[in-house]
Amino acid sequence: MTTITDPPQGAFRLSMLINDTRYRSYTFQFVALIALISAFAYLGSNLFSNLAAAGLNISYDFLGSTAGYDINQTLVEYTSQSTNGRAALVGILNTLLVAFLACVTATVFGVIAGVLRLSNNWLVSKLMAFYVEIFRNIPVLIWIIIIFTIMTAVMPGARSYLGEEPDRDLLFGMFAFTNRGVYAPAPTWLPGSGIVVATFIASIIAIFAYRRYATKMLYDTGKLLPTGWPSLALLFVPTLVMFFLLGQPIGLDMPDPLANRFNLQGGIQIGAPLIALWIALSVYTGAFIAENVRAGIQAISKGQTEAAGALGLRSGRIMKLVVLPQALRVIIPPLISQYLNITKNSSLAIAVGYADITATLGGITLNQTGRAIECVLLLMLFYLTISLSISGIMNVYNNSVKLKER
Amino acid sequence: MSDNRATSVAFVRTETVPPSPPPFTTSGPVKWAKDNLFSTPAYFLLTVAALYLIYLILSNTLPWIFNGIWTTSSLAECRDVLNGVSGGCFSVLTERWNQLLFGFTYPSELYWRPSLAFVLLFVAAAPVLFYKLPRQLLIVTGLFPFVAFYLIWGGTILAPIVALLGFVAGYVVYARLVSVSFAAGFFGGIVAAIIVWYIGGKLIPDGASETAWLTPVASRDLGGFMLNMMLGVTCVSLSLPLGIALALGRQSNMPLIKWICVVFIEFIRGVPLITLLFVASVMLAYFFPPESSTDLFLRVVIMITMFSAAYIAEVIRGGLAALPRGQYEAADSLGLDYAQAMRLIILPQALKISIPGIVNIAVGLFKDTTLVSVISMFDILGMIRGPILASTEWNGVYWELLGFAALLFFVVCYGISQYSQWLERQLATDHR
Repeated sequence: MTTITDPPQGAFRLSMLINDTRYRSYTFQFVALIALISAFAYLGSNLFSNLAAAGLNISYDFLGSTAGYDINQTLVEYTSQSTNGRAALVGILNTLLVAFLACVTATVFGVIAGVLRLSNNWLVSKLMAFYVEIFRNIPVLIWIIIIFTIMTAVMPGARSYLGEEPDRDLLFGMFAFTNRGVYAPAPTWLPGSGIVVATFIASIIAIFAYRRYATKMLYDTGKLLPTGWPSLALLFVPTLVMFFLLGQPIGLDMPDPLANRFNLQGGIQIGAPLIALWIALSVYTGAFIAENVRAGIQAISKGQTEAAGALGLRSGRIMKLVVLPQALRVIIPPLISQYLNITKNSSLAIAVGYADITATLGGITLNQTGRAIECVLLLMLFYLTISLSISGIMNVYNNSVKLKER
Repeated sequence: MSDNRATSVAFVRTETVPPSPPPFTTSGPVKWAKDNLFSTPAYFLLTVAALYLIYLILSNTLPWIFNGIWTTSSLAECRDVLNGVSGGCFSVLTERWNQLLFGFTYPSELYWRPSLAFVLLFVAAAPVLFYKLPRQLLIVTGLFPFVAFYLIWGGTILAPIVALLGFVAGYVVYARLVSVSFAAGFFGGIVAAIIVWYIGGKLIPDGASETAWLTPVASRDLGGFMLNMMLGVTCVSLSLPLGIALALGRQSNMPLIKWICVVFIEFIRGVPLITLLFVASVMLAYFFPPESSTDLFLRVVIMITMFSAAYIAEVIRGGLAALPRGQYEAADSLGLDYAQAMRLIILPQALKISIPGIVNIAVGLFKDTTLVSVISMFDILGMIRGPILASTEWNGVYWELLGFAALLFFVVCYGISQYSQWLERQLATDHR
């Protein structure tokens, strides 16, 4: 509070700590500090007396001891003889995997639904509104369980794909959809495959370089170089040439229905929990992203489009050069917080038995070792790290696209 | 004159021709369909695809719904009746209705009590939601928490009365002292309430619950959709004042207060709700005094309230930041102190801006109450996944049960969001 009268002169009196706005904030902060310290002291003393009564201590040694449980979907090598710390690492990678997959597909769903909802086609826009409302108003846990149930209760067993005369054929001879998950071909890396991959990466870099060169040409000489088909050509041709020159070093390991009488063999198996979680998080968050996209596009005033049209730009270029850059400034911050929500909601994996960090460290490890406090603290630390780094990135981005006001 | 002309010329039209109706293809439903559904080839394809999608959905769900069986007592019986025809076994809903709504251990002869509390909830919420209703109804709102607590948990009536008396005493002291200063009134009120609760708590005799009018019900017996409603309503109403306090604290220019609030908000927002529920179920007990045994419901309420308060605080902070500086300066120049400025000038406007955000948080919170099923509380989802699907009669009735739970949540959440849009239109005092 500012005051326009001259501050009272004179010696400091004790009552000024309450009555004088200049000193009152110190009183408040001092009281708050005392309250905070005493609250922590109270909780801490309770904690230690409870731990002492239960004969426990705070120790992270359990991370080095044998976990003793199996995880069916792992990105790194893991057996039941591995340590609890290793199990936690598997969980972290699984969390990041499903979060990444869901972020990508949720963005695709969200952008499509958001744009179609603005469509002039009445039926399509109503259908998209229906999608958004249905998914936004029903808890994500229910969606995860519904989709998991579809995966496990409706899909056929692996047996129906087996044998000489199977009930069902593999889709394209490659994919099998069973109640245990989806079987897909796995790439096999023969010698020489590194060169193919390197070529592919090099051609992606080349595309960017070519586009930059085209822009430079446009600004320097006014000459417009085509970018569409050269980019496509650059993307595929060198890699394919190298692939066949080296004698097809990358192969596909197909799921084989004939190798075994009980299950499909070969390929990679993407477990039903992962797929259920992935789809559920994507469609659920996609509904929210659709609303963000719609709001972002509607936030751009019609005058912008009309002004660009008056300058003689075609509608594709209006979208690309005028509307989208401005709309993205509105869309991206909520989009990133949706990504954050996906990461946090992926902790619901525990409901369908996907071994993410919550299910390994906060579930089985916690129950087996009884180290509740340590496990929950580590769990929170992990999510906090992710959240804070993503919001740090968001702040950097926001500052870079902020309207420069002069 | 016109008579002369009319008779002298063979034919002269004396009135204007009525406009002929537009051609069939440019009016009415045909024009509408042409403009909105089939204006370009791409739209034509989109429309056809959408129609096919709608057909797919309806052709699968409608027979299932309309052939539904409502009166059998087990899944096997239901499948016999259906005899291979597609149809839902909705009899699980009728047979397990009470379990879905109240959980499986709530005494069945006492169902009227939560039901009555549920009806009263609407009466209590009405004056808050619709500000045109007579203000006297707010008394019901004020009394509702105590009545609902008494109805649902039962036990001695002295407990809610002491709680109520504490609030009354706090309010009386606040009203007396607020003319001196807001801070004195606020803290005096809190102290008075605590004194009343402490003395009252000592006065309640130990065995009062056994001889009470309403049979006491333990917290662990609560379940079903009732549990979702209770958690949702309690946590939203508790987190709103806490969220306002946190938002004001984060705006404060006292560094210590500000940093306490910032750390709290960012910490809570950075972790998933489920880890906080883990804290409630396995960790929070360590922080309470050894002799006390706080029940799981209370611990979960504490954690969910903290969770949503952090989110509400961020929404309100946005509202506070959206107010022009002139509002703060005008309040200062009128000579209002901090409490008056906030109460009379800033918060009414900031909260109005924040309504959509707050409602979003409330809807999200209500949906998130299903997460308690993960820490083995039997809310509606916990009931479905636990006792009902595990029972021999109903093992395998997924869609009817999950669909019912989804429908309940949809109705409530969609209703809330429609209400918030209506309220926004009502409160839109600018851009007239």
